[in-house]
Amino acid sequence: MTTDINLFNSMDENAWCPGCGNFGILNALKEALSELDLKPHEVLITSGIGQAAKLPHYINVNGFNGLHGRAVPPAVGAKIANKNLKVIVNTGDGDSYGEGGNHIIHNIRRNIDITHFVHDNQIYGLTKGQGSPTTAKGQKTTLQLEGVKVDPFNPISFAISLGCSFVARAFSGDKEHLVYVMKEAIKHKGYALVDILQPCVSFNKVNTYRWYKERVYKLDKNYDCTNKEEAFKKAFEWGDEGIPIGIIYKEKKSTYIDRTPQLNSKPPLINREWKPVYAEKFMEDFI
Amino acid sequence: MNYNILIGGSAGQGIVTLSQLLSKILKRKGYHIFLNKDYMSRIRGGHNFIQIRFGTEQIFSHSPFIDLIIALDKNTVEIHKEKLNENGKIICDESIDVSSDNLFKLPLKEIAKEVGNSKVFGTAAIGAVLKLFSIPLKDINKIFDEFFDSDLSNKNYQALIRGYELINNHFEYVEPQDKNHIMINGNQAVALGALAAGVSFYSAYPMTPSTGIMTYLAHKEEEAGIVVEQAEDEIAAINMAIGASFAGVRAMTGTSGGGFSLMTESLGLAGITETPLVVIDVQRPGPATGLPTRTEQSDLSFVLTASHGEIPRMVISLRSPADAFYQTARALNIAEKYQVLVILLSDQYLADYVQTIEPFDFKKITIERGIADASSVKENEDYKRYKLTETGVSPRLIPGQIENKTVLADSDEHNECGHITESAEVRTNMMEKRMKKQELLKEEIQEPEYLGAESPDILLVGWGSTYGPIKEAVERLNSENIKVGALIFGDVWPLPKESLEKYAKKVKTIVNIEQNYTGQLAKLIRQETGIKCDKSILKYDGRQINFYEIYSKIKSEVL
Repeated sequence: MTTDINLFNSMDENAWCPGCGNFGILNALKEALSELDLKPHEVLITSGIGQAAKLPHYINVNGFNGLHGRAVPPAVGAKIANKNLKVIVNTGDGDSYGEGGNHIIHNIRRNIDITHFVHDNQIYGLTKGQGSPTTAKGQKTTLQLEGVKVDPFNPISFAISLGCSFVARAFSGDKEHLVYVMKEAIKHKGYALVDILQPCVSFNKVNTYRWYKERVYKLDKNYDCTNKEEAFKKAFEWGDEGIPIGIIYKEKKSTYIDRTPQLNSKPPLINREWKPVYAEKFMEDFI
Repeated sequence: MNYNILIGGSAGQGIVTLSQLLSKILKRKGYHIFLNKDYMSRIRGGHNFIQIRFGTEQIFSHSPFIDLIIALDKNTVEIHKEKLNENGKIICDESIDVSSDNLFKLPLKEIAKEVGNSKVFGTAAIGAVLKLFSIPLKDINKIFDEFFDSDLSNKNYQALIRGYELINNHFEYVEPQDKNHIMINGNQAVALGALAAGVSFYSAYPMTPSTGIMTYLAHKEEEAGIVVEQAEDEIAAINMAIGASFAGVRAMTGTSGGGFSLMTESLGLAGITETPLVVIDVQRPGPATGLPTRTEQSDLSFVLTASHGEIPRMVISLRSPADAFYQTARALNIAEKYQVLVILLSDQYLADYVQTIEPFDFKKITIERGIADASSVKENEDYKRYKLTETGVSPRLIPGQIENKTVLADSDEHNECGHITESAEVRTNMMEKRMKKQELLKEEIQEPEYLGAESPDILLVGWGSTYGPIKEAVERLNSENIKVGALIFGDVWPLPKESLEKYAKKVKTIVNIEQNYTGQLAKLIRQETGIKCDKSILKYDGRQINFYEIYSKIKSEVL
């Protein structure tokens, strides 16, 4: 069973640049949701601020377009409130790894059942071309005129080292593969981080479609994504030596909801039945 | 008639346990209690003290006059002995190298050793205290069985009896009134109000003095079926609460000034996304880290406009544990009814003081969710989360509520569907839509509570936790035929004006009493009404003003 993909179409006018990598991600996401037979009202997409973060406007599902760097906490709150919602975070590299970096660390620890798609174009687009946490060292930008001085952030090795239960990388220019990774990530029980490489046609003149296309390669069918040591090796492969895409690391782990009896064995919190008099018994604590 | 007992020592000596046990005994005996804490931001050492006032009438504030000191160290005797009443006494262990008039040096540690547990020396002190006040030991063993496990209960009870036998009656016995009170502090009352009113999700980052709210809720998590989440920081805490509220549960967050500062951007997020949210700021002295374990009312001006841009909001200050319970429940209803931010203001004094009060009436609590039903959106049309309506309040659906209808919220300026817009016309409409709710909130506001003489010459104005000390000061002044009245504000934004304007016309002098440097309520009153306070009593040393300070200042500086 699949859902009619047209149900996911939004009437909102799109503000992305022509040729932007975000289009590939948006189209793949619609396909993934459709193939997973999810209905628009069953999905919530949260985002922060940036070009990628406009995605909730361009797809017809529930959306919460919050503050810069704060796409993840509302997703967590919403998932706790209604565990039946499929909660997906779609936002950029600046939003995920820069301004809200702290939230990734702690939600990997929570292993809450949400999917985090990072639109990683290795640059700040909406603010017009400054270096992002994933911009290569030495790359010249509109702000770092002599080149970026600091080491780039490696989201893959970072997530694996924290014990993230699903770590993947994909490329917006390979839709079929991206749809596959997205579906696996959405189906995964726990926190799933997918770093999606995408070109910024306006501000990143280094990491172009061609640059990525020449370097990405799909992980071999025999690759064992449950082997942490192998995963670490893959995490550090980058640049001219090739960039592996696919599910790099996966681990079975209890989720936040499994660990919370009030959520695990109960109906969703939004259906909690409560009357004020039920709290009357707590006055015994104060006698 | 009431007495005041001070228990002092260094951090880690067990004064908290001692005060809990003593206050529980006195409460169960039928006395009214008022217990307040003065503690330092450290785990060991320093000087901490707790005062327990007990008596036959309800007690609203702490007192600077002491009848009995239980000193666990020399420091306590030296710091507090000057505040002893004429008939006052000090008790301490015989090993403490100190001398003073009215001092009973007792073999408390020796008793503990003989009983077989060195920790029970404090309980021996409690025995001596009960004897000094001629309070019979009857039924106290039952309290011990609740408080300790069986072996420890027995040893403590033995120590209590030995302590009781050490000493003679000293204070005049007052007959307790056996009433069915509860004994609760401000933080616990907020938590209980939130529980009663159906909060299902509370996210916070531990911060003194607000942590007690989270702690109590966490203890009830499974029994009540709620989720309490310790967030990675206050920004996550408020954003989780906003996400949970957006998804359809009653959510709340709490912190103190520093954490509240971190939350400010997200207050605007709640405002522009019209997500119902209650945030409690349990104030402590700032700025920055300030005095972490002490008290102040210096966040009022800040919370009135906290967040960039303009949003509708309501600000309610809490005046007592009873007020904390009912107002928390009220705040949750207002937040959902108008889809607005409601900020509750408490402070360390109110958070930590323990008072005996009438049991809460849970039948008075209602839950009004303000969630629209499915009929609010037609089958063939898209749901508009921000539909323009006459009142400014749009029908609120939650994600997943109706098949194939989606809900979109946005922190950018947005059109009725929630999509980003830069249209000047839509922007104007949306600003007016949201700010209209500020006007609507005026229908909800409650006038300040008036205390004191019917036609006063002097009007005191205060807000929040100074309620108790001001009440007691006014009663004392009135008993000397000084015509003083007081208006104590609970709701501070929108500011209720009616009572204030009525009294302001009649009185000769208006005095604002606040725990801050700049007189923030007085500024607000002047801004909103043009009424100027003639004099100010301001305190910003981190210690709660007591009734006697107010009483004395009125007599020396106002009359």
